[in-house]
Amino acid sequence: MTTKPDTIYFFGTCLVDLMYPQAGVSAMQLIQRAGVKVIFPPAQTCCGQPAWNSGYRDEARSVARAQIALFPKPIPIVIPSGSCAGMMKVHYPELFAGQPDEAQAVDVASRVFELTEFLVDVLQIELQDLGEPVTVAVHTSCSARREMGVADKIESLLGQLSNVQRVEHARKPECCGFGGTFAVKEPEISAAMVLDKVTHIRNTGVDRLISQECGCLMNIGGVMAKQGDAIPHQHIAEFLWERTGGNAV
Amino acid sequence: MSSEFRNTVRANLAKPEVRANFYRAMDGLMTRRLDQFPDKVELERLRTQSMAIRANALSKLPELLETLEANLTRNGIQVHWAETTDQANQIVLSILQKHNAKSIIKGKSMVSEEMGMNHFLEALGVECLESDLGEFIIQLDGETPSHIIMPAIHKNRIQIAKLFHEKFPDIPYTEDVDELTQTARRILRDKFYAAPVGLSGVNFMVAETGTLCLVENEGNGRMSTTAPSVHIAVTGIEKVVESLLDVPPLLSILTRSATGQPITTYFNMISGPRKPGEKDGPEEVHLVLLDNGRSNIYSDPELLATLRCIRCGACINHCPVYVRIGGHSYGTVYPGPIGSILEPQKAGVDVHGELAQASTLCGACSEVCPVRIPIPSILNRLRYDGVRKDTANTNTVGSGKRRTLSEAATWKTWAWAATHPTIYHAGSTLATHFKGMLPTNLGAWTTVRSAPKLAESTLHQQVKHLGVDHE
Ligand code: SF4
Repeated sequence: MTTKPDTIYFFGTCLVDLMYPQAGVSAMQLIQRAGVKVIFPPAQTCCGQPAWNSGYRDEARSVARAQIALFPKPIPIVIPSGSCAGMMKVHYPELFAGQPDEAQAVDVASRVFELTEFLVDVLQIELQDLGEPVTVAVHTSCSARREMGVADKIESLLGQLSNVQRVEHARKPECCGFGGTFAVKEPEISAAMVLDKVTHIRNTGVDRLISQECGCLMNIGGVMAKQGDAIPHQHIAEFLWERTGGNAV
Repeated sequence: MSSEFRNTVRANLAKPEVRANFYRAMDGLMTRRLDQFPDKVELERLRTQSMAIRANALSKLPELLETLEANLTRNGIQVHWAETTDQANQIVLSILQKHNAKSIIKGKSMVSEEMGMNHFLEALGVECLESDLGEFIIQLDGETPSHIIMPAIHKNRIQIAKLFHEKFPDIPYTEDVDELTQTARRILRDKFYAAPVGLSGVNFMVAETGTLCLVENEGNGRMSTTAPSVHIAVTGIEKVVESLLDVPPLLSILTRSATGQPITTYFNMISGPRKPGEKDGPEEVHLVLLDNGRSNIYSDPELLATLRCIRCGACINHCPVYVRIGGHSYGTVYPGPIGSILEPQKAGVDVHGELAQASTLCGACSEVCPVRIPIPSILNRLRYDGVRKDTANTNTVGSGKRRTLSEAATWKTWAWAATHPTIYHAGSTLATHFKGMLPTNLGAWTTVRSAPKLAESTLHQQVKHLGVDHE
């Protein structure tokens, strides 16, 4: 499905809903600006990943089943998060294997796109940078990187922005230690991981941290805020919308 | 929550020297591995081929083990089967007793660690001498391996120099790695000639030819398997491959994934005891094949992939959790990602299931695994087995025993809310409205982080003004 569709479904994710709504708004606006209609099914809640990763498969399945019912049309489902996209694309088929609604789950999975993947591969979006010069560090989530294999998309989007300079940090592909419930269940290990990640990012001296994953942003940003002098962090959608004059529209 | 694992983790996280040793060592190993695979396409091809070789072997495991036994026996190697580690120890003991042996010289073997063999034999007055340098060092210090390939990786040069000086006060203090190695060699050489029995592990067993393959760098493996008059090899039943042609690709990806070497210094192929007229080699060769839960793993199609492992340790080297807590935190013979899937299956998810939780599921392990073991999926499955209700549908030992009423109730409530959008959204709207009243201290989360900030209004509320179809 790489031809540009007329309409897409947007799945907002629970973290975007509560913490980073601007990321969801910007993502939908970017898609609309490219001439694609957006449907946001209002009954959407959560993809089910927290329960799935905790081993509570029955509970994960009942929540996933409620989401599957919201995307009946054969159009793409765009998700501004690698891990929720990974849940739907990779794990729904596993979760529903042998269930009566396996076919629907597989169908939904086949239509899932992580946002940056959709912008680059499907919309082939062209961006014009209207912002001031800025240096940024990129953090891709592990699910975007490994499960979805889309880590290069965020880079290519930022690469289109003439005034944005990307600065690499040490151990960039390494996990930030969020891991959903991991940060709560294994707080000491998680803290050791995120503290290292923050040090590596701070060492770059960048103006801003960009990611496509709100969980990672909340984790890394939370440490920076606690330490004081937080480097501003933003979801890629919000950053792109802002830099391309979105707010003026 | 406090547990033995958690307490050890806490203690080890607080040791900056150990953490620095791991960080430095693993960084080096990751770079060395990368340098060995300049061609990504070639790497992926080799991984697919290696996975297929191991999957093929496992698909006919019982049959291949029979062929292996027949061919080994024909070659004059005596084959012993052990279902438990205790049986394996008894077999080793009976061979030692037959030869009246009071000492044993060992090449590196993780399965002997799994058996707790040194401990078992030493309690009976048999001296077990580790001849692998890393194993020798940790044995001197009364420790267990912290890594499956580099058992003493948690120690740096200066710590090792001090240890040698303490144990061998007659030898002048040095921090020179070459000199330290030479010291160990000198001490071990004499023991090799005196020891009546040598013991080793096995990397691959070739069914077709009845050959035992052993990969090593220091030559101690070769010494242990040739100098003493009796050689005992111990290994898990899964290490079999079908044909000799299966070995070169596996060997190539093993050494490159493990230590970043294109090839190791030694590659031993053992195909029988010394024949009349031959100048060296043992007079007797034994192979002890250990099950210890492996056939149970074999019986589950989803967990079977665990047995593809060729023990390269790459998953360990790339694991962001392992590098911070170190191998000893796991409290198991095999640490890191492979340990976190293997140990809960061997001992039961009730015993070591916590290890399956101690992962962010970041996937760095499966990204490098030369035989493409889907480690995160297996971790997820073991989490499920730990708390599942339908325990009759799984063979996993201890399944369901990690289920607690309170956790189960939490997920049930969560699922109920998330399948009732009105309630779910009322909850999130309330949360954003009254966010000032939310606690700012969220326990462990806020130890190093500020409390997460709720937005002024939810995406669901904002979307109404966006001109998107939301009804
Ligand atoms: S699981 Fe894979 S990467 Fe880890 S030790 Fe085994 S073969 Fe190597």
